[in-house]
Amino acid sequence: MTLSEGGSVVSLLAVRSLTKLFGDFAACNGIDLDIAPGEIHALLGENGAGKSTLVKMLFGVLQPSAGQILWNGAPVTVGSPGEARTLGVGMVFQHFSLFEALTVAENIALSLDPKISLARISEEAAALSKAYGLPLDPKAHVADLSVGERQRIEIVRALLQNPKLIILDEPTSVLTPQEADRLFETLFKLKAEGRSVLYISHRLEEVRRICDRATVLRHGKVTGACDPKQETPASLARMMVGSDVAEVHRDQGAKLGDVQVEVSNLSVPSRTPFAMSLKDISLKVRAGEVLAIAGVAGNGQGELFDALSGEYPVAEDGAIRIRGKAVGKTGINGRRLLGAGFVPEERHGHAAVSAMPLSDNLLLARSRSDRKAFLSAGFASVIRRDAIASATKRICEVMDVRKSGEDPLAGSLSGGNLQKFIVGRELDRQPSVLVVNQPTWGVDAGAASRIRQALIDLAKAGSAVIVISQDLDEIFEVATNIAVISEGRLSEPHPAGTLTLERIGLLMGGIHESHSISQTAASASEVSHAH
Amino acid sequence: MFEAILLTVITAATPLVVAALGELVTERAGVLNLGVEGMMIMGAVCAFAAAQLTGSPYIGIVAGIAGGALFSLLFGFLTLTLVTNQVATGLALTILGLGLSGQLGEAFVGKPGIKLPQIVFPYLSEIPFFGRVLFSQDLIFYLSIALIIGINWFLFKSRTGLKIRAIGDNHGSAHALGINVIRTRYLAVMFGGACAGLAGAQLSLVYTPQWVENMSAGRGWIALALVVFASWRPWRVLAGGYLFGAVTIGQLHAQAFGIGVPSQFLSALPYAATIVVLIIISHNRRTTLINTPASLGKPFVPDR
Repeated sequence: MTLSEGGSVVSLLAVRSLTKLFGDFAACNGIDLDIAPGEIHALLGENGAGKSTLVKMLFGVLQPSAGQILWNGAPVTVGSPGEARTLGVGMVFQHFSLFEALTVAENIALSLDPKISLARISEEAAALSKAYGLPLDPKAHVADLSVGERQRIEIVRALLQNPKLIILDEPTSVLTPQEADRLFETLFKLKAEGRSVLYISHRLEEVRRICDRATVLRHGKVTGACDPKQETPASLARMMVGSDVAEVHRDQGAKLGDVQVEVSNLSVPSRTPFAMSLKDISLKVRAGEVLAIAGVAGNGQGELFDALSGEYPVAEDGAIRIRGKAVGKTGINGRRLLGAGFVPEERHGHAAVSAMPLSDNLLLARSRSDRKAFLSAGFASVIRRDAIASATKRICEVMDVRKSGEDPLAGSLSGGNLQKFIVGRELDRQPSVLVVNQPTWGVDAGAASRIRQALIDLAKAGSAVIVISQDLDEIFEVATNIAVISEGRLSEPHPAGTLTLERIGLLMGGIHESHSISQTAASASEVSHAH
Repeated sequence: MFEAILLTVITAATPLVVAALGELVTERAGVLNLGVEGMMIMGAVCAFAAAQLTGSPYIGIVAGIAGGALFSLLFGFLTLTLVTNQVATGLALTILGLGLSGQLGEAFVGKPGIKLPQIVFPYLSEIPFFGRVLFSQDLIFYLSIALIIGINWFLFKSRTGLKIRAIGDNHGSAHALGINVIRTRYLAVMFGGACAGLAGAQLSLVYTPQWVENMSAGRGWIALALVVFASWRPWRVLAGGYLFGAVTIGQLHAQAFGIGVPSQFLSALPYAATIVVLIIISHNRRTTLINTPASLGKPFVPDR
């Protein structure tokens, strides 16, 4: 470490009033940031706070509109990711920048000096992955790898360039707790070697656990700098959100009614080589119950949702029953007519048509189930605009959807507000069954707590709710019972009070009560052979 | 007899193979250029005109390559710089090429052609059968074989080839890694144009050494089908090209011998075969995914 004239330690990376404008909108507005050598520095903030824009500027993907970046005290311009790498900055993206059609070694080679042969890259990558506890096969095609393994490629790729600073963008959002622990060990190893880590996350607990310092962003500005170990999750959340996040209230021990949804021995073969097959899934959800289904992404959640919603009807009619009626072969509208509601994972292009106004999106979802309310009787089925407009208004008021204008395009709403509208659209029907996939993915804390409260209230009013989620905090907040999905199999449901994070983590990692690890591995290889 | 048929099959297959190889590189970089037919006919007219004016078929070859490449540059400018729709632009390029070549070639209609001479390898050409078939051919045939070996090595062994495959798989990530997506795609498009131009030169200097309007006669479309047929692998282009070439020749012989197969059925065979291959390869989704350029035909605008 070098000392400046003032006697303080010169930062490895310093950012001075860095600003990025997109038109009139300032995604980053006068940001100051200092990263010391050998520290793990957290960058905290809600979605849209400007974290990604900031790191993209640090890595040369975006160019700043104003401000300065200092590397070891000297001003630098980072014109491209290549220049960033030459400086000594490595980056692990949130959405992996990997090429599925290429092998692990080829993926790594793309970001290295073209003079190095593929054989040498394979060797070095294998050695490095061993040294840092990140096992990888250089010859495997990325398309065949799990999300955790893909992240390892990104990390090894960054490490091969011997960086002084490694930027990780929400690295644990796709990992099991055990995989995350391994990642943290790797990070501590890097720190011990004197490298710095910029760790972007909105998971407060892990930031408190591993980071030395934290910088908090909100609306493109720095709202706080602190030692996260001295803070509580609540005080960190306050800095991120700006106001106290409403707590979700849940009554314990509410009485459960009749079974509303019943799935018995449901098996669905995978539709594509990268999809999961569902294996012998059984579940029951009663009125007044919230069944949360936990699991790491890509373990069959999407497939289970498709089967439950009727987006892909299943072969056996009796495998799925809604309110006692066999609906396995019934399509989505038929199930809606029975009183069920569905909220799929992707907001844009699946739950909502981005280029259409909210009112049209409302009509599209409910034109069959609420035909009488929204369409005129008779052959022509003329759209009743007034009824739809008032329903749209009602939903926006109930769910506190913040929008510009009376009936804006779905695409113009922020993720959180659109999600509130989509959930509200279903709740407005007071469905007796609601199935939601990733209800608060990428949604800010305020909107997330509003949505979770709405789900709990719906169950309290006597509906059966199934929540599929990767967010364990969310699951513990809303669930009456928790089941874990792994490799397309669903565990027995457990009452939420009896499960610990540790136990769920083990279940998520694929260790079933009834299956030994070797059996799970055997079934996994079976799956890959089936391709 | 068999040798004679084989020689005509080779002549019929070579332009298909050459044009398809160029389009294969373009598509591996993620650009779908449906203008192969137009670039091919532009190559044919440029090659014929240059050979006529200079008396040298080799200058004709160079002109054919240059004509195809320059014409593809128009496609590159429209789809890569102005980000127009690739399918519509490619179709327009074909229509424009057919019209423009007719205009340019008007003065050359009916003029005697200059045939590209054979290059006979000493000793090797004396090998019975193979010598005549493989070592007494014209320059473009030798080039077509060299192109297959070269492109296969380039795409799968060289770092630049890796970059091209990366861009074709995911142009956003390639850009994030600092690869110049637009420039690489321009070069890939122009390589495709150059190959189509070379294929066109083969038509007007070897296959039928004269200029006739619309003489490409749908071969550009067969070349496009051939790329899919080969599932974007260079060696399979060779196999497919010769299969389609044999079908074309078989069609002529069938007519000559009065075999009762309608010629329309035979000329539709390459496309039918392509559909069959598509059905077969779509069953093995994993290999399809690994070979098919995932960002094929998608517009790319860097977010800067």
